[in-house]
Amino acid sequence: MTAFHRYRRGLFITAFLAAPVTLYLVYVISPYLQAFYIAMTDWRGVTATPSFVGLDNFGRLLGDGVFWKAVTHNAALLVLLPLVTIVIALFFAFLLNVGGGQGGQGVTGVRGSKVYRVVFFFPQVLAVAVVAVLFQQVFRPDGSGMLNGPLMALGLGPVGFLSDPGVAFWSVLGVMVWQAVGFYVVLFSAGLASIPREMFEAAQIDGAGRVSLFFRVTLPLLWDTVQVAWVYLGILALDVFAIVWVMTDQHGGPDWSTTVMAAEIYRNAFQYFRFGYASALGVVMFFFTVGFAILSLRFSRRERIEY
Amino acid sequence: MPNTPRITRRELLRGAALVPVAGALAACATPAAKPSASASAAPAATSAANPFGVAETRPLEIWIFDGGFGTEYATKIHEPLFKQKYPKAEIKHNATKEITKVLQPRFAGGNPPDVIDNSGANAMDFGALAQDGQLQDLTPLLDAPSWDDPAVKVRDTIDQSVIDIGTYDGAFSVLGYVNYIYGVWYSQKAFRDNGWEVPKTWDAFLKLCDAIKKSGTMAPFTYAGKFPQYLYEPLLTTAAKIGGGEVLVHIDNLEDGAWTSEPMRTAAAAWAEVGAKYLMEGTAGLDHVQTQTAQNKYKVAMLPSGSWLENEQKTTTPADFEYGMFPIPDMGSSDKLPYGTLHTQPGENFIVPSKGGNPQGGMEYLRAMLSKKAAGDFSELVRTVSVVKGAGEGRALSPGAASASKAFADAGSNTVYYRWQSWYAQLKDEAVAATGELMTGGLTPEKYLERLQKKADEIKNDSSIKKFKR
Repeated sequence: MTAFHRYRRGLFITAFLAAPVTLYLVYVISPYLQAFYIAMTDWRGVTATPSFVGLDNFGRLLGDGVFWKAVTHNAALLVLLPLVTIVIALFFAFLLNVGGGQGGQGVTGVRGSKVYRVVFFFPQVLAVAVVAVLFQQVFRPDGSGMLNGPLMALGLGPVGFLSDPGVAFWSVLGVMVWQAVGFYVVLFSAGLASIPREMFEAAQIDGAGRVSLFFRVTLPLLWDTVQVAWVYLGILALDVFAIVWVMTDQHGGPDWSTTVMAAEIYRNAFQYFRFGYASALGVVMFFFTVGFAILSLRFSRRERIEY
Repeated sequence: MPNTPRITRRELLRGAALVPVAGALAACATPAAKPSASASAAPAATSAANPFGVAETRPLEIWIFDGGFGTEYATKIHEPLFKQKYPKAEIKHNATKEITKVLQPRFAGGNPPDVIDNSGANAMDFGALAQDGQLQDLTPLLDAPSWDDPAVKVRDTIDQSVIDIGTYDGAFSVLGYVNYIYGVWYSQKAFRDNGWEVPKTWDAFLKLCDAIKKSGTMAPFTYAGKFPQYLYEPLLTTAAKIGGGEVLVHIDNLEDGAWTSEPMRTAAAAWAEVGAKYLMEGTAGLDHVQTQTAQNKYKVAMLPSGSWLENEQKTTTPADFEYGMFPIPDMGSSDKLPYGTLHTQPGENFIVPSKGGNPQGGMEYLRAMLSKKAAGDFSELVRTVSVVKGAGEGRALSPGAASASKAFADAGSNTVYYRWQSWYAQLKDEAVAATGELMTGGLTPEKYLERLQKKADEIKNDSSIKKFKR
C-alpha cells in the first residue's frame, strides 16, 4: 500500500514538474548548450551550414581591445554600483525608519518619511528604456538639457555628460544608481522593520547618537540583507545592457567609453553578423557571471546575529 | 520515511523519454540543417517580354524599409506597376524599420522573401549575405531589355556607379535605387542676407567661418556629433580631392598605410582645425535631427550631409530657407581632382535573395522599378534623385534637389565613392568613435589616422572576416 502511495505521489509531482522542467530545458538549458556549440563555428547568422572552427573565436577575443574595454567597464560597475547604491539606500532607509528626532516618542523616521518612501520607489516603476530616453534629455549638451540649462545659466560651460568620453561612464553609473536606489531603500526598510524596536530604544537610552546607532546597531543587524543586495546589484552590473545601448551615443560610446560585455555581444551578433564570435563572447560572459556567483556565495558566509 | 517523495528508476526512465522531445523543440537557435529545397523557384519559359521567366501565378513577397522615404512609393508606384503586368500574382507587401530582426531568422531558416529594401540603421550586413551566397546574381537584370524600351538594356539606363558599388565577388547583387549626392549644405537665403559667398578654396572656407563667427549671427559649422560618420564623409572626400580617387580605393582594399597617406593627413588636419575652432557649441552631443533643426532655425550656417536632407527636414524648414549645397573646396593648386568633385553613392539598397521562393519575380520587380515612369514618380513623391538616367527630367525640383542636381551635372565624371564602411562594419564603428575624438580634440590627426590604420590592419589579418576588392 505504501509503495502504491509513493508511486501516486511521485506521479503527482512529476506531472506538475514536467511542464516547467521541459520549458526550462528547451528555453534555458538548450540555448546555453547551443551557444557553446555556436561559439566554435564561424556562423554569420544567415547560412544554414556553419563550419566548425574549434577555439578560433576564443583566441580572437583575447586580442579584441574593445571587448576587454567592455570587461573593465563591467568590473568597475561591479565594484561601484553595489557600493554607491547600498550606501545611499542604507542612508535613506535609516533616515526613513530610525533617523527621526529623539523627542521621546521612541524610534521614528524623519518627518514626511511616508511620502519619501513612495517617491524613492518611482524610478523602479519606469521601464529601463524609458529611463534611458528620459536621461538622454536630462543630459542634453545644450541649454535645453535639464542639467546643462542651469549650469549654463550660471555661466559654466556645458558638460558633455554623454558626449565627453571622460564623463559618459559616470553618467551611466549615475543613472543606474538612480534607478536602483529606490528598490533597495524598500528592501532595507523591510529589513529594519524586522529588527526589534527595543534594540534601538535601548541604544538610545544608553546615549547612542544617530551615527553610532547606524554603525553599531543598524548595519550589523542588516548585514544579511546588505549581502543579498550586493549579489543582486552585482548581477545587475554584469548584465547591464539596455541603459547603455539606448542612452549612450553610438551604443556604448563615445569612443567605446561606456560599452559593456552584453553590448559587445549584441553588436557582434546583430550588427557585424558574427554570431559565432558573439557566442564566444557570451560563453566568456557566462563564466564571469558564474565566477561571480561562486565568489559571492563563498565570501558571504558570516555568522548570523540571533535576536 | 514513506512520506519523502522519491523518484524511482522507472519514473526516471520515463522522464528521460521526454528529453528527445525537448531536443527537437530546441532546434531553434542553431540554423536549420537543410535549406528548404526551392523546387518551386524553377523559372517558367522566358521571352522578350518576360526575360527572367516569371511564373504568372507565383506570389511575390516584398519587404520595404519604412524610413525617411516611407512605404507609399512601393504601394502606390512600384507594386501596381508589377501587378499591372502580372495580375494573377499575389503581392505580399510588408514594411518594417527593423530589417535585421525580422528577416535574419528567415534567411537562417532557409525561406527568405523575394525582394528586400535592405536599408536603415538595422539593415542586414551585405558582406555576410554575400559570403553565404544568399544574394541573387542580378547580372541577368542588367542584360535584360529595359521596361520602357526593348532595344535598350537595363545596364544602360542606370549610373555606372550603381553597378560598381552593387557588385560583390564579381556578381552584381545589390541595386542602389537613390543617388545620394554629398556636400556642405547651407541656406541660400541666410547666405544672401548676410552677404556670404560659397567658398571655392579651403582658405576662403576658413575665412568664411571666421566671418560668420565674428558676425555673431550664428555658429559657422556643425555636424551630427552623435554620429561622426557625417563628418568622416567630407574628410574622406577632401582626401580624395587632394590625392585622387585612388586614396579611397586603397582604403577600401585595406592596403598598407592607406589611412596614413599624405592626402589623408592633410584632410584630417584641416577638419580637426574646423573641429577646434568653428563648431556650434554642444555639437558633440547632438544628433542629425537636432543639428539640422538648429540650421533651420538659423543657429548654424553649414553642415555636411547628403541629398536626402531636404526631404528629411521638410517639416521644420522655413518656407524661404532655400537649401543649397556646395562641393568640398579646393585645398590647393596641386589637388588631383578639380573643383566640383563630388562624393556620390547609390543608397536605398534592394536585394533579391537567391534562396527565396520567386527570385525571377524579384528581378522583374526591380526591372519595373527601373522604368522611367516608376523612377520619375518616385523622385517626385520623395523629393530625391533616383539612379535612373533622365528620370527627373521635366519634373519640378525643390531648391535643394535642384542645387544637388546641378552640382552633380557640373561634376561630370569627377565623382568618388568608398565602400569600406559597408564591407567592414567593425572598421566603420572604429572610424565613428575615432572621428568624434578627432573633432573634439581627444585625438591628434596623426593618432587618429594611426588608430584607423591599426584597425584596418587587424581586419586584414583576421581570417574570419571576408575581404572585398574594388
